[in-house]
Amino acid sequence: MTDRVPILKIGDILLVSIQVDLEDQMVLDLQDDLSRRIVETEARGVVIDISALEIVDSFVGRMLATIAAISRVLGAETVVVGMRPAVAMTLVELGLSLGGVRTALNLEQGIGALRRARNQGPVSR
Amino acid sequence: MIPGVEPAEETAAEESHIVANADVVKARQTVRAYAQRARLSLVDQTKLVTAASELARNTLTYGGGGTMRVSVVTRGTRTGVKVAFHDEGPGIPDLDLALTDGWSSGKGMGLGLSGARRLADEFDLVSQAGKGTHVVVVKWAR
Repeated sequence: MTDRVPILKIGDILLVSIQVDLEDQMVLDLQDDLSRRIVETEARGVVIDISALEIVDSFVGRMLATIAAISRVLGAETVVVGMRPAVAMTLVELGLSLGGVRTALNLEQGIGALRRARNQGPVSR
Repeated sequence: MIPGVEPAEETAAEESHIVANADVVKARQTVRAYAQRARLSLVDQTKLVTAASELARNTLTYGGGGTMRVSVVTRGTRTGVKVAFHDEGPGIPDLDLALTDGWSSGKGMGLGLSGARRLADEFDLVSQAGKGTHVVVVKWAR
């Protein structure tokens, strides 16, 4: 039994703050938990804070891309925030540019980006 | 490791087993500690730890588990960190293919081996079908 990454709800945004070095199983569990919580809470946005992560390897990178894709299908936009500069340099050299993933420098900018995206979004409800 | 280059001398080393997911996390922490000891820059530490994470996962997933050996190495006035992974799994039948970006035999994005090679300063891979795989990466302090 491994630990699970907590998912917090703030209004219609789900906040995932990754604070520990992730085992692969925790990454897979997070994908499942987040998908379920988006549907349960009818969330419109997901913010994933990775500022505590010292590395992002291809496994975690793929998880971020997959979560963004799943969220979009479920009607929520994902923003990944807080990536460290050394992590960004390493990811690009690794061959992962996270093309389909929206990013922001920090939590505040990430939430701002979600709000703007929603106001300008083609679908409103 | 590279023809014509004198071999690096090891000054400290430690070996650990990689048989479970938690060992991949521990492997990253061990490599980070050695990278700091060898005074690699933060970016180089991050690159080496990321490369080690990819290779440790390969050892576990494809090699069926194995060992990791981390050491501080010196060559002349240079200091670096060498990380060697060894397994006795099925081996890699086609090395050229396995080192191609995007090629994957199963889960993953196929960036593990090719990405690790790009992130390291030196990369050496020996694999024999049915006998196992030995991968070495070295990162030098600048």
